[in-house]
Amino acid sequence: MDIILQPWPWYVSGPLIAIIMATLVFFGKTFGMSSNLRTLCSIGGAGKYANFFRFDWKAQKWNLTVVLGAILGGFIAVQFLSNGSAIALSPETISDLNAYGFQNVGEALLPAEIYNWDAVLSLKGMSLLAIAGFLVGFGTRYAGGCTSGHAITGLSNLQLPSLIAVVGFFIGGLIMTHLIFPILF
Amino acid sequence: MKFLKFLLVGIFFGIVLVKSEAVSWYRIFEMFKFQSFHMYGIIGSAVGLGVLFIWIFKKFKVKNIEGSQITLAAKEKSFTRYILGGTIFGLGWALAGACPGPMYILLGTGAYSIIIVIAFAILGTFVYGLLRDKLPH
Repeated sequence: MDIILQPWPWYVSGPLIAIIMATLVFFGKTFGMSSNLRTLCSIGGAGKYANFFRFDWKAQKWNLTVVLGAILGGFIAVQFLSNGSAIALSPETISDLNAYGFQNVGEALLPAEIYNWDAVLSLKGMSLLAIAGFLVGFGTRYAGGCTSGHAITGLSNLQLPSLIAVVGFFIGGLIMTHLIFPILF
Repeated sequence: MKFLKFLLVGIFFGIVLVKSEAVSWYRIFEMFKFQSFHMYGIIGSAVGLGVLFIWIFKKFKVKNIEGSQITLAAKEKSFTRYILGGTIFGLGWALAGACPGPMYILLGTGAYSIIIVIAFAILGTFVYGLLRDKLPH
C-alpha cells in the first residue's frame, strides 16, 4: 500500500498513460481530452453561431463520461491514495520560484499564489487564469488537439502534424516560462 | 453499462495523472525550465510504449471491441495551424500549468478555482469556432 500512497515515478506513470491511450483505441475511440471543450460548446448552443459546433454531440457522450471519470479519479487519488508528501521538485525549481516570491513550493499540486481564492479574485489573478484558459481552449482547437491527442496519440501513431504541434506547445511554453514569467512575477 | 468502461478509464486516468504529479503547475514549470527529467520521462515512456501498441494493432490487424479493424485517422497535412495553434496552446499550458485533461482532474482534487480556467478554455474554443474560416490553416 505504501508504494501506492507515494508519488508514482515516471517509468510507472508514462506506461500507464500509454495503456489508457491503447485501451480507448481498443474500445473504438481515441484519446483526446480537448474535444470535450468543443462538445460542451455545442451542448451550450454554439451551433447557432458557427458551423464548427453543428455536429452530433451525443456521439461524444463516451468522452464526456471519460471526463466525469477523470474528475472522480482526481478525487479518489487525493482522498484515498495519497500520503500528502510534497512534490520532489528540483532544488533549482524551488529556488527560482522562491525568487518570484512563491512560498511553500511543491506542498500542494497548485501554487496558492495563482490558484487560491485571494489570488483568483484579484484583477491580476483573475486575468492570468482567464487568459491562460482562453489560450489553451483557442490554441488546442486551432492545433486540432492537445497533449493527449497530439503528444501521446499522434506521436504514437508517428504523425508529422502532431510533432509540429508538440514543437509549437514547447515554443509557447518556453516563451511563457522564460520570457513572460519574469515580467509577471 | 456501455458507458461504465469509459467511466473506469477516466477514473484510472485521473488517478494516474495525480499520482504522477503531471497535474501539478510546478511540474509543468519545472519541465519548461529543463530542471527535471520527470515530465520528459512520463511523456517519453508513454509515447515509446504507445508507438509499440499502435504498431502491434496495425501489424496484427487487431480488431476493436466493435469488431472492426483498428485504424487511427491521419491528421490532416498542414504546417501553419499546428505551429500557430500549438504555440498559442503552449503559452496557456505554461501559464495555467494545466492542459485540458488535468483541468478536469484538478476539479476533482478540490482545486475549485480551476473552474475559471475551464470556463475560459470553453470560451477560447468557442471563439476559435467563430473565427475558424478567417484563420490561416
